[in-house]
Amino acid sequence: MIDIEGLRVRFGVNEVVHGVSLAVLRGGSFGLVGESGSGKSTILRAYSGLNPEWTGAMRLNGAELGRRRDRAFFRRVQMVFQDPYGSLHPRQTVDRALNEPLIVHGLGDRDARIARALSDVSLPGNVRFRYPHQLSGGQRQRVAIARSLMAEPDVLLLDEPTSALDVSVQAEVLNLLRDLQERRGLTYLLVSHNLAVVAHLCSTIGVMQGGDLVETLSANDLRAGRVRHPHTAELRALTVELEKDEAQPATAG
Amino acid sequence: MIVTRDWLLTEAPASRGQAAWGRRYRLWLQLRRNPLAMAGLLVILALIALSLLAPWLATHDPGVQDLSNRLARPSAAHWLGTDELGRDVYSRLLYGGRITLGMVVAVVVLVAPLGLAVGCVAGYAGGIWDRLLMRVTDVFLAFPRLILALAFVAALRPGVTSAVAAIALTAWPPYARLARAETLGLRGTDFIAAVRLCGAGPGRIVLRHIAPLCLPSLIVRVTLDMSSIILTAAGLGFLGMGAQPPSPEWGAMIATARRFILEQWWVPTAPGLAIFVASLAFNLLGDGLRDVLDPKQGA
Repeated sequence: MIDIEGLRVRFGVNEVVHGVSLAVLRGGSFGLVGESGSGKSTILRAYSGLNPEWTGAMRLNGAELGRRRDRAFFRRVQMVFQDPYGSLHPRQTVDRALNEPLIVHGLGDRDARIARALSDVSLPGNVRFRYPHQLSGGQRQRVAIARSLMAEPDVLLLDEPTSALDVSVQAEVLNLLRDLQERRGLTYLLVSHNLAVVAHLCSTIGVMQGGDLVETLSANDLRAGRVRHPHTAELRALTVELEKDEAQPATAG
Repeated sequence: MIVTRDWLLTEAPASRGQAAWGRRYRLWLQLRRNPLAMAGLLVILALIALSLLAPWLATHDPGVQDLSNRLARPSAAHWLGTDELGRDVYSRLLYGGRITLGMVVAVVVLVAPLGLAVGCVAGYAGGIWDRLLMRVTDVFLAFPRLILALAFVAALRPGVTSAVAAIALTAWPPYARLARAETLGLRGTDFIAAVRLCGAGPGRIVLRHIAPLCLPSLIVRVTLDMSSIILTAAGLGFLGMGAQPPSPEWGAMIATARRFILEQWWVPTAPGLAIFVASLAFNLLGDGLRDVLDPKQGA
């Protein structure tokens, strides 16, 4: 479904992604992990068409993607942003935000679609005409997910979809994403700095370091500790340690 | 549909309209807590009402001369006295409000959309468009406002229309700058990126998503600018480039009365006070609106 080959992205004289190749099958999910600045979000933005300064080849379902994306591309590929506080227009109600893709793509039956989209992401109907500032972070992210699904895309690009949320809300949103994927057969390309999040949602995981994809492995291999690259081992050790730290106060209390 | 306080303030509106009016009502409640802004608003509304009702409120025809009774002191017959041609100052003041405030409204109607459009397009399109539009803006900003307006009116025919055109011509660049600055800040936000990812074109993004967010600061700027537009209009009138006699424009009224400013002080005082009160009221309202509409204050 998603094919990226030798992708290089520059910001001015700085090359931040040095030739990354990856492939995601239809209905599959690929997780990119790495530290801040390793170029993982940049790959997403380049693929979504938000950043036109790239070289290499990117394909959607076998079709080559150019610099400019047409409307048909945005029907098939959508993105969920990291910060639910920044990704919703502050002066537009939830209804208006969900309406926008429908208007742009000329889809009918808007009322019913919006109501269905809200129930799909388990939001009560009474949030429909609220403004973003009247919603919690988790609710906002659900709205953002609902918006990305309005035009019924095949591919969802997820840019740290849970990192701005509370831990308890994180789990809810992750489960929602997994649920949606199963029901709709979506293809996910997920970016996160949190190995646990990626392992929870993705079957294949790519580890980024300094603009290179240093290792690609399956989630099972990762859990079992069958890693080859030292940076992967480092990240894994860090995650295990953090989880231990989190578990300890719980057992002590 | 019955519009009640509860209907407006509900946390779970049931329709688009209700949500929008609820937001506006909240802003109004916030504005109402600011006594100075409310005073400004009331004065402006009163001035507008007085000007609109001038034919019924005026005690005399503003154009009728009575040379036997020129420069009379305020009295029961002439509440604010008479001017050098024996015309009733009070009536001329009311009719003058129509001209002066009308000029202000005309300027704002011309200037605000133009500035908003130029600024938003420059800010969003960037590159060559940005440079082109902003250099044009710079050219206009480089001239002193009154001088440019004067030159423009002098080149045309002095009168209300050309005065409005001249003021509009000199007043739009700050709005374009403001709108551009706001747009630059908004262009990189995730919510605009999200709209782009919906597949919306640049026209739709600017018009439906960016311009509405630039509007509050523009409204504030306009209200604060009203006073300087009034002063420019009055200044042009004073210099004989605005409304032509016998039209009772406030600035022109002061100009003709300046010869008697020491002996018959009441003749220029009334229009002077009117200009002062109108400018002050617009400034107070603008300050209040800024507190309410400032986008940095969240909701």
